[in-house]
Amino acid sequence: MLFHPQSEADIRAMLEAIGVKDIEELWAQVPARLRLGRDLELGPPLSEAVVEREMLAQAEANRDLKHTLCFLGAGTYFHHVPNLVPALLSRGEFLTAYTPYQAEVSQGTLQAMFEFQTLIVELTGMEVANASMYDGAEATAEAVLMAGRMRPKNTNGPVLVSQALNPAYRATVETYLRHSGREIKTIPLNPDGATDLDRLRAELPGALCLVAQSPNFFGCIEDWPAIMAAVKDSDLVRIAVVTEALSLALLKPPGHCSADIVGGSGQSFGIPPALGGPHLGFLAGRDADVRRMPGRLVGQTADQEGRRGFVLTLSTREQHIRREKATSNICTNHGLMALAATIYLARQGGHGLLRLAKQNHELAERLKQKLAAAGFKPRFSAPGFNEFTIELGADAQTVAERLAGKGILAGLPLGRFFPELSTCLLIAVTEMLSETDLDQLVAALAEVKQ
Amino acid sequence: MNPPGKRTGLIWDEPLLFELHPDQAPEPTLGARVPSPARSAQSAQPSTIPSALLRETPPRIPDLSEPEVLRHYSRLSSWNYGVDQGFYPLGSCTMKHNPRLNEAVAALPGFAFIHPEQPADQVQGALRLMHELARALAEISGMDAVSLQPAAGAHGELCGMLMIRAYHQARGDARRKVLIPDTAHGTNPASSALAGYEVVEVPTGPDGLLHPDTVAEFMDESVAGLMLTNPNTLGLFESYIAEVAEAVHKKGGLVYGDGANLNALMGIARPGDMGIDVIQFNLHKTFSTPHGGGGPGAGPVGVKKHLEPYLPVPIITERQGRYDYDWDRPQSIGKVGQYYGNFGVMVRAGAYIRRLGGQGLAEASRLAILNANYLRVKLRDHFHLPHPDACLHECVFSDKGLPSEVTTLDLAKRLMDYGFHPPTIYFPLVVHGALMVEPTESESKETLDQFIEAMVQISREARENPDLLQSAPQRTPVGRLDEVRAARKPILRWQP
Repeated sequence: MLFHPQSEADIRAMLEAIGVKDIEELWAQVPARLRLGRDLELGPPLSEAVVEREMLAQAEANRDLKHTLCFLGAGTYFHHVPNLVPALLSRGEFLTAYTPYQAEVSQGTLQAMFEFQTLIVELTGMEVANASMYDGAEATAEAVLMAGRMRPKNTNGPVLVSQALNPAYRATVETYLRHSGREIKTIPLNPDGATDLDRLRAELPGALCLVAQSPNFFGCIEDWPAIMAAVKDSDLVRIAVVTEALSLALLKPPGHCSADIVGGSGQSFGIPPALGGPHLGFLAGRDADVRRMPGRLVGQTADQEGRRGFVLTLSTREQHIRREKATSNICTNHGLMALAATIYLARQGGHGLLRLAKQNHELAERLKQKLAAAGFKPRFSAPGFNEFTIELGADAQTVAERLAGKGILAGLPLGRFFPELSTCLLIAVTEMLSETDLDQLVAALAEVKQ
Repeated sequence: MNPPGKRTGLIWDEPLLFELHPDQAPEPTLGARVPSPARSAQSAQPSTIPSALLRETPPRIPDLSEPEVLRHYSRLSSWNYGVDQGFYPLGSCTMKHNPRLNEAVAALPGFAFIHPEQPADQVQGALRLMHELARALAEISGMDAVSLQPAAGAHGELCGMLMIRAYHQARGDARRKVLIPDTAHGTNPASSALAGYEVVEVPTGPDGLLHPDTVAEFMDESVAGLMLTNPNTLGLFESYIAEVAEAVHKKGGLVYGDGANLNALMGIARPGDMGIDVIQFNLHKTFSTPHGGGGPGAGPVGVKKHLEPYLPVPIITERQGRYDYDWDRPQSIGKVGQYYGNFGVMVRAGAYIRRLGGQGLAEASRLAILNANYLRVKLRDHFHLPHPDACLHECVFSDKGLPSEVTTLDLAKRLMDYGFHPPTIYFPLVVHGALMVEPTESESKETLDQFIEAMVQISREARENPDLLQSAPQRTPVGRLDEVRAARKPILRWQP
């Protein structure tokens, strides 16, 4: 077999050394009645050329974003992936290493993860970040569990969730909490699309934590300073969620507004959409809470000669040491995706990232204006970053399907998540779109409207 | 084999990203330039966002050129050891060869650049791939239905335990305990606790196996189920698995199988035929997808019919050649992640399964078992083997017989000087000073012989010159790192 280097002679020699006649003797412990006794029905082995051809055909049966106009966002953003990122990720030294338990032969991964943690701290304005979670939804669920550890006396206080939290994030939090007996209370929105602070104030007594997202699911920027001021006399844990990480280059980071935990998705940083995974989850907190954090942490140390080096640390929080008392069950994380984000951010630089963020924002604003001129009003008036909701005045699902037929992914019809918004479309704009592309969308929507 | 000498490869002294240009003054013109249709983006502040909501200064990330970034990470990569570089016998981790076909197909635009919210009719090829992968995993494991949503093995465990919980709840049967043998991976008790269960540890017998009588003693109507790994972490097949499962089922419990060690069983025996009700697959172990220095993996879950209603939503359905998402599953536990799982990892596993077919997968398991037993037999005269019988895909040695001044950790670090990645150490917990060796099927007899020779030399060094072990490693970019210091005063980010 191609992937198996043992020759027939090797196999004979090894069997002889072991003292058995054939390999079957080695699974004598498997009772005969439990053995399969037939071949797996998975077809014959195929050559690399054949599998490659088959899978190319299967890939081409999908409509890829590089050959379409994509205004879909809603938690997964079609940004440019610099070729440098996959080129470096494909290095076998990074790609084919395991979790860096043996630090002396893993300094490449460990130093890069230390850089990742530093970058997330800088972007979120927090004090400490872990070495990645699976995705933004799971990071958010873990943030809520962490809040429970930060307030051990609050055993059954509700979790307050902004109505504008990404619905998949909300669903994941629900799954993680279902058996806990904790209630999830929804904080509704103001007419402008941002979380209603009066309703928030009314729910504060006894609550465990607040989970709010900015820019929120509808594209509106939440007023972090105002939210934090509204909850400042409460004991609740303030969890800020970010699904479009690029916004952190332009907007005031929640960590500068006294958030306790910031979690979210780093997919925008050099990671392809790939039908939703693998993406990147991140989680950041305050130094005082580091021992309550889930996931791996890389720390700086030194060898006997005083040379700087990096190791996995504070692992007494983790499952392989603490077992059922661990802060989380997470083991394998999304290390290579964290490396992708690290390389991406290093290539963009601080100023480059800010410029890209401004460009995304300006393009989105321009599209908003063009749509308004064509008679499509924004559904919400709160300011946005690179995503916004428009009112179509017609069933958004139908409109989106008709435009999809013309090669335009016009955005996400919101009726599936919010029935009262069934005539609304959530539109995202990134640097992958040109002025002409914006005009095409406006023209196509106008045509459908008639 | 030559003992390790002084010469080493090139070792770069590479600073942190943030230290590359210590004297560089911030220059707004540096950094990646945006191919800008929006020329005005260079200067003005956005007019529609109140200034109180804007960041006051750009993020402090150095502004570097592409060649500088490329060189920085290329140099860092040279400090890493991957399975591409050499033998990586890390027990329980199945560090097998990662075929490059997998990487090439996963990078195809039709797989990498598709949006999770695209209409199903635009991603038929992807949905078909997922549907076929789920069916292949069902065939390999003997399960009835598979969800691909969990992102890693531990995530699959949590998902499985939540389904067990939902199953009991639907029957109005509140149960609060989960039994876990003392040989289990740490993720098992952690996942059970996360699913809200109290963990009860069950001892294995002196033979390293779980016995039905012991399990029966622990079983009652308060126990939701048993979580076990087969083959277990000693590399031994749980010979009494069918009887153990019967003891659990008899009291209304369910059996969770941790599929981390499935590389031992493909085409030989199937968890679904042994009484296991739910299992997770680690695509990054058994199905050759790379581990990436810590992930991403993928941890699909397979279930028997009675648990199918509880699978996470959505599941991928097929009707007359058309694939779709099915969200309408009222008994589902809900979502465990944002979308449908780590699709990019599924593409790689799908390529591997097609490439090998049923026979090739069985051959992989056979040769993994052969390689492990060869190491077991060749090393057992030099290292203590607590369970001397034939193993499956891995074998576990203890530190018994090592000179008292030498530890398993010293031995592991010394292996680096011989050019090998160390095995898993100090796990499973039931073996003192454990050294857990899993060679996988990807290694040649020559490589195994070299490893054996190194191990034998190290066992000699341990007695004759223990300092060589205690001061190891010598040939790595840094010497042995002080983990105690790292944890005592944690430095978890760079600061100027």
